[in-house]
Amino acid sequence: MVIQNNFVLSHCGAFAAHKTRKSMLLTILSGFLASILLIPFGRYLRFERGGFMALLPALLFLYLLSYIPVIGRGEVPFEHYEWVPSLAVNLDFKMDGLSLLFSLLITGIGTLIFLYAGSYMKGQAYADRFYGFLYLFMASMLGLVLSDNILLIFIFWELTSISSFFLIGFNNTDPASRKSALTALAVTGLGGFFLLTGMILMGNIAGTNSISKLTELAAAIRADNLYPLILSLVVAGAFTKSAQFPFHFWLPGAMKAPTPVSAYLHSATMVKAGVFLLARLSPVLGDTTAWSYTLMTAGGVTMLYAAVHSLLRTDLKGILAYSTISALGVLTFLIGLGTPEALTAAVTFTVVHALYKASLFLTTGIIDHETGTRDISGLSGLRKVLLPVFFAGILSALSSAGMPLLFGFVSKDLIYEATLHAEGQFAVFFTSIMVLTNLCLVAAGFMAGIRPFTGALPPEYSGLHLPHWQMWVPPLLLAICGLFFGVLPAIAGGSIVSPAVNAMTPEETEVHLKVWHGFNTVLALSVATLAAGTGLYFLNKPGIRKLRFAERFENLSPAAFSGRITAGFTRFSSWYTNIMHNGFLRSYILKIIIFAEILLAWELLGGGPVYINFDRLSSAGIYEIVNILILILAVVLTVTTSSRLTAVVAMSVVGYGICLMFVYYSAPDLAMTQFTIDTLTVVLFVFVLFNLPPFLNVANKKIMTRDAVVALAFGSILSITALKALQEPTETTVSKFYSDFAYTLAKGKNVVNVILVDFRGFDTMFEIVVLSIAALGVYSLIKLKLRPSEKE
Amino acid sequence: MKSTILQAASRYLLPILLLFSIFLLLRGHYYPGGGFVGGLVASIAFVLHSFAHGTDNTMKILRYKPLSLIPAGLGIAALSMFLPVLFGQPVMTGLWINQPLPVIGMVGTALFFDLGVYLVVVGVVLTILFTISLNTH
Repeated sequence: MVIQNNFVLSHCGAFAAHKTRKSMLLTILSGFLASILLIPFGRYLRFERGGFMALLPALLFLYLLSYIPVIGRGEVPFEHYEWVPSLAVNLDFKMDGLSLLFSLLITGIGTLIFLYAGSYMKGQAYADRFYGFLYLFMASMLGLVLSDNILLIFIFWELTSISSFFLIGFNNTDPASRKSALTALAVTGLGGFFLLTGMILMGNIAGTNSISKLTELAAAIRADNLYPLILSLVVAGAFTKSAQFPFHFWLPGAMKAPTPVSAYLHSATMVKAGVFLLARLSPVLGDTTAWSYTLMTAGGVTMLYAAVHSLLRTDLKGILAYSTISALGVLTFLIGLGTPEALTAAVTFTVVHALYKASLFLTTGIIDHETGTRDISGLSGLRKVLLPVFFAGILSALSSAGMPLLFGFVSKDLIYEATLHAEGQFAVFFTSIMVLTNLCLVAAGFMAGIRPFTGALPPEYSGLHLPHWQMWVPPLLLAICGLFFGVLPAIAGGSIVSPAVNAMTPEETEVHLKVWHGFNTVLALSVATLAAGTGLYFLNKPGIRKLRFAERFENLSPAAFSGRITAGFTRFSSWYTNIMHNGFLRSYILKIIIFAEILLAWELLGGGPVYINFDRLSSAGIYEIVNILILILAVVLTVTTSSRLTAVVAMSVVGYGICLMFVYYSAPDLAMTQFTIDTLTVVLFVFVLFNLPPFLNVANKKIMTRDAVVALAFGSILSITALKALQEPTETTVSKFYSDFAYTLAKGKNVVNVILVDFRGFDTMFEIVVLSIAALGVYSLIKLKLRPSEKE
Repeated sequence: MKSTILQAASRYLLPILLLFSIFLLLRGHYYPGGGFVGGLVASIAFVLHSFAHGTDNTMKILRYKPLSLIPAGLGIAALSMFLPVLFGQPVMTGLWINQPLPVIGMVGTALFFDLGVYLVVVGVVLTILFTISLNTH
């Protein structure tokens, strides 16, 4: 805590000057606001053509473009607002190259996705919810990439997980959809938990939560004993989000979401949040052997494993899901490699992949929407009916394959350059697994972007026609962007890529993206990849048999493993619920009392000897002795009687007897309340008894013995506790305060009542609220008359 | 339960017990008593009446459902909590009229708070008991 207090002070002082602009905060808030406004007003909007929902992301995109020259000048706009300064959680926003790149992707692709969804979701019930969650996601994602506070990043990180959960489960009538949503939430939520732990540890070591300051203190963090733990926690968080092996299995399931969501969240933006986090924290945690090995191993395994898997799929979205996982693996690998060249390649590939993969997803969505199937074995010749979609598909597939003059070629060159220039003897190894991965990705891209369009058109699809322009223009635009940047990569290189790379590396790196590098190894590798990949595409005929082959290993896969854990957990919780919450009042009471006994006995055993100090006991008169005899008689009667009514009456005698003791020992307030309460309890008992079946003696000897033991033990423990309380020195500060000030402060002479209505009035207020809730509960439970159909 | 003695007695006991409960409520700030116990005594008065005359007849005397006493009581208690805010004082500050009123005595926000507790207690007890009793026969 001391550390925290210190850095709160320094924090406030350092950034107090940056309070002028509010633009970044407004950029983020606008999405949240739009999302919230859809709750009350959504039902009045007409979503037949929901394209107007694209207006907000479009405006944000145009506004964010204005940051390009600002960032180009080397400025880093910063905004600071205090939120919870005592926990060092502040609304710090920073716009550097990396943030700008991601926010442009989020809003730019977001605009097209909203436009597309306007047509895709036409006629869908609950379209307002869909757009609400999509806005929520966009705003949280923007918040995530603009945050300069690690805890703020975590909050937005969780918000993206939550909006993803709702969007995956959007078709909530489909059990498979709900299951996928839960799996995704469980995996990313678990990752979020790891991330939070890592973030807090990191913040405690450095004494600050600001990423800018953490970067300055990077050396201290890396040297700390806890560094390996922090690294593994943060990396686990990033890997779950970015679907790295062995956490990748939630992503194919997430394809249950409507296609615009798959394109937006589960390919172009949200799944890159993990990669973004790694990129963001690489100046803090990176540049160590542990960092590089972890990231490169996970990334390497993921990219190769998922790339091979993508070839075995027949579902278009399945192919795209696995190739997305593979691409995320490539990004993780490159960040792990960590050289300026690798980071340049990673940044470029992020843009390239977002462009072509979103476009491929959207074309898939069109095919699915028009033909009703996504199985590539039944799709062919669609170019004859969906020509502009075919152009989008082929351009994107070629970009993903790394065809010269498309943006993919530039990024593939950069990737090969980075792996070839890796230190030591690993260069050849890295390059070869990268070539293998890319080979498969070339074929996978062709399968998704070209195969459905080539060949002969089946007669049942001859009647298809082009969907509304809102659906086919977005993928075409994305594909054309790929072409544009492919021809003129310097535009993207200077404006976006270069500042983003510089945000990740301490030393200034000048990035020049160009189409032609001359004849060298890199070019040879590119051409070889393209040629071999094309060959693989023609040779690979995914079919049901290959799918079966892949499924044979399902039992060993992390997905099956997590499934078993989930099933076991479900079994455990139903077992636990049956034991702990069986609905029998007697069972609850028994457990509560036994627990209290254990707790009290433990305390008493450790608290030293108990003795009776006869000097402090007042003498017992004849009234008390008679009263106690009555009490004992009543107790015996309660326990032994076979009539329920007698038991209740005998119990109330016990209650009145205790009230009398209060009277003898001058506690009139207590006695009065206890008397009335006891009376009412008996009345209540009698009313309820009408509803109960005749007295059933369910207890046998064994149960009765158990109950007797528990009851006697409870009585003894409470008596010992009372004796113990007597032998403790009396603390009078509080009672003295009340008796001294009851009249002067609260104008009352009855201290008990003054405490109730004045000193502790808030408590009383909450108590009467609780009482009211209890009454409402009884009232509604008894008055509730369900129709037979509503009963369980 | 039809007992002439109980019926005759409860007819007189109801007003007397209610008066007693208000007496308890008013004296609470100085002597044993208060809103909670006052509310309980008032509930007992009605419960006694319902024993003698049947719950339906007691509900007729009450005119309003006991459930409606709960929001009234909560509202009065909350108002007396927030009244000091209007005078620029913190929530729950005790405000008092300087001169004691005849019969009632000192009047302040605490008294109204206690009145709120009184009403809530009557409302809660009668709601629970009468709902159960009306649904068992």
